Amino acid sequence: MSSDLEEQDYTDQLEHDDELWNPGHRACAGCGPALAMKYITEAAGENTIVANATGCMEVISTPYPESSWGTSYIHNIFENAASVAAGVEAAYQAFDRRDPDHLDVQDEDDLNIIAIGGDGATADIGFRALSGMMERGHDVLYIMYDNEAYMNTGVQRSSQTPFGAETTTSPAGKESIGNDTNKKDMASIAADHGVPYVATASISNPHDFKQKVEKALEIDGPKFLHVYAPCPVGWGFDSAKTVELAEMAVKTGLFPVFEMEDGEITSVNKIRDREPIDEWLEPQGRFKHLFKDEEKGEAAIEELQEWIDKRAEDLGLDA
Amino acid sequence: MAQANQQNPSDEQEVMKGTSAVAKGVMAADPDVVSAYPITPQTGVVEKLSELVADGELDSEFIKVDSEFNAASTCIGASAAGARAFSATSSQGLKLMSEPLFTAAGMRLPIVMAVANRSLSAPLSIWADHTDAFAERDGGMLQFHAEDVQEAIDHVLLGFRVAEQVNLPALSNFDGFILTHVQEPANIPDEAEVSEFLPPRDPEYTLDPSDPKTMGAYARPEHWTESRYEIQRAMMDAREVWADAVEEFRDVFGRDYTEYGGMLDTYYADDADHIVVAMGSIAGTIRNVVDAYREDGEKVGMVRPRVFRPFPAPELRDALADAESVAVLTKEMSPGYESAFAGEIKGALYHAESQPPIKSYVLGMAGRDVKPEDIAEIVEDVKTATPQMSFKESESWPQLRPELLEGGDDL
Ligand SMILES: Cc1ncc(C[n+]2csc(CCOP(=O)(O)OP(=O)(O)O)c2C)c(N)n1
Ligand code: SF4
Repeated sequence: MSSDLEEQDYTDQLEHDDELWNPGHRACAGCGPALAMKYITEAAGENTIVANATGCMEVISTPYPESSWGTSYIHNIFENAASVAAGVEAAYQAFDRRDPDHLDVQDEDDLNIIAIGGDGATADIGFRALSGMMERGHDVLYIMYDNEAYMNTGVQRSSQTPFGAETTTSPAGKESIGNDTNKKDMASIAADHGVPYVATASISNPHDFKQKVEKALEIDGPKFLHVYAPCPVGWGFDSAKTVELAEMAVKTGLFPVFEMEDGEITSVNKIRDREPIDEWLEPQGRFKHLFKDEEKGEAAIEELQEWIDKRAEDLGLDA
Repeated sequence: MAQANQQNPSDEQEVMKGTSAVAKGVMAADPDVVSAYPITPQTGVVEKLSELVADGELDSEFIKVDSEFNAASTCIGASAAGARAFSATSSQGLKLMSEPLFTAAGMRLPIVMAVANRSLSAPLSIWADHTDAFAERDGGMLQFHAEDVQEAIDHVLLGFRVAEQVNLPALSNFDGFILTHVQEPANIPDEAEVSEFLPPRDPEYTLDPSDPKTMGAYARPEHWTESRYEIQRAMMDAREVWADAVEEFRDVFGRDYTEYGGMLDTYYADDADHIVVAMGSIAGTIRNVVDAYREDGEKVGMVRPRVFRPFPAPELRDALADAESVAVLTKEMSPGYESAFAGEIKGALYHAESQPPIKSYVLGMAGRDVKPEDIAEIVEDVKTATPQMSFKESESWPQLRPELLEGGDDL
């Protein structure tokens, strides 16, 4: 690969529709969530209003007076993206009914309202806002980009941080193996709200992810998408390996890719010969302590593997 | 409301509970989106609005939110989209809204909120005082305080008018229970009048997909101060906008709030030697006390700020210029210093030529009843105030019950 890189001119291949997610944002090299933003905007298109939570994606994309967003965009605070989006939706419902000429906008039906939050903004502090938005049935697509920690504030654990990962608030130490909880199952929680469409996706498969965004936007009512998006800075890996690590997380079953419609699982990306989780752990700095202390590390890896196996069985993940 | 003369006698009055009346005032303002969560003593407003929507009388999107936090947050989204948005809350609910409300000011989103003023825990108390409103003082929200139900209704309409003109959120305060649960005759302005006074919102910037904008960007040190300065400027502009609005309000609805540009309501203050300053419903009792003094030939008067933000500093300088002493009656306190209200009034008079002694009286907290004789005692006390008071002398808690305190006998 590297020799090819030196010889070949890749500029034409780098061309993409960057009208809606403009280059020049401040994301770190190899940022998984930044790729997610690109795929979201490409799939959703112009007629979109994005409500974003505080976090990496907001901070890297909107340093006043610049903005990467070509769509309409609003950021308010850390924990209310779902509510802000719900308010926008309610406003457009009102305009549509009361005064269709109120603003120069297209039909409310064609309007995409998307809320975007990181795993912290969504699964932790913004959980109530998300729950309320889904329960009330707002026509909003909520997308949680999951980089498995609070990156914007310098890598603290969230309820999506995997077992055994070291973060600044779940450090490994004499008495600690790092984070001591497993990932909160947001897809099932969303589905239990009676949301018509719930899916997971990974930035390693943009085609699948974008299709899911498009499909979700076709559906009336609340939708929830959980997209896996590695962070080289917080995880401690070579920034060229973002997509590879995202794919590995899928292949190990740590991050299962599936769809749920009306509360039932309707499709699962089956995995042939699921990889053991240590293959994925090893290249990441946040797990290096697991490989230093053999006894403690092995036990932790085993515990994580058991959790993955159990979920794989529940989901029928193995081909 | 002694000062607001009913110039238009054809205006029909109806006896209504305060919360229902405010809800009907909201209906008259015809918001696109209403999002609110119950909390005593505000609950009646949410309930009435729900009922009006359910009966098809109010054509608003009513968001049945999970919390005040998300009531404020949905109003922010709606307001950013260009909607006229309303919410109502009280006490702990206002606290829960505090974070999003500060940002609503920074993002220059007009939202009107009726706040049924109530104390803040702990100890838990559901009764009236102004602690909740004062705790939001520095957010950049306009704040009005009503004396009676009619004013509470009218402040909602004036609130929308001014908030939408200066692009700031507004808290329309009215005292819990004393106004929320009282039955009073009030006039609900009719649609035709309101549409003249308060046309549909016409915002300059909205979340319009055909004209994309980024709202709520983050600002680095080289820009942030300016956004705060803009709030300050908008607040100062609001003084004139409010003055114009109250004049037009008088012409349209016949109720006159124009004294001191709508900032102050006064009662026998012009020639008064001793002036009682207070906000909200307590003014009614003060009027009675003033009347009694006047009957005895003593020059006592009252000054009631109707607007708390922007603070009516020039007006207070003017209204208090000839007083020999000023008693500030306040239903809040700022632990570690004197009541915020008294502190602000003193600050306003710092540049004045005349600086009467000002004494702060903390009372009526968490619903403790204030009787005319309590106020008369305060008037007697303030007569002896001198400009050289020590800190301890300059604030008193006339309703304190030392017997409930450890070591209280020594107080
Ligand atoms: C009420 C509140 N608490 C804490 C913060 C600080 N804060 C800002 S972003 C953030 C973490 C964001 O994490 P996540 O949602 O996972 O997004 P990421 O930064 O990883 O993209 C935190 C803790 C805040 N802004 N507001
Ligand atoms: S810290 Fe991680 S998530 Fe944040 S911008 Fe950098 S790579 Fe992206």
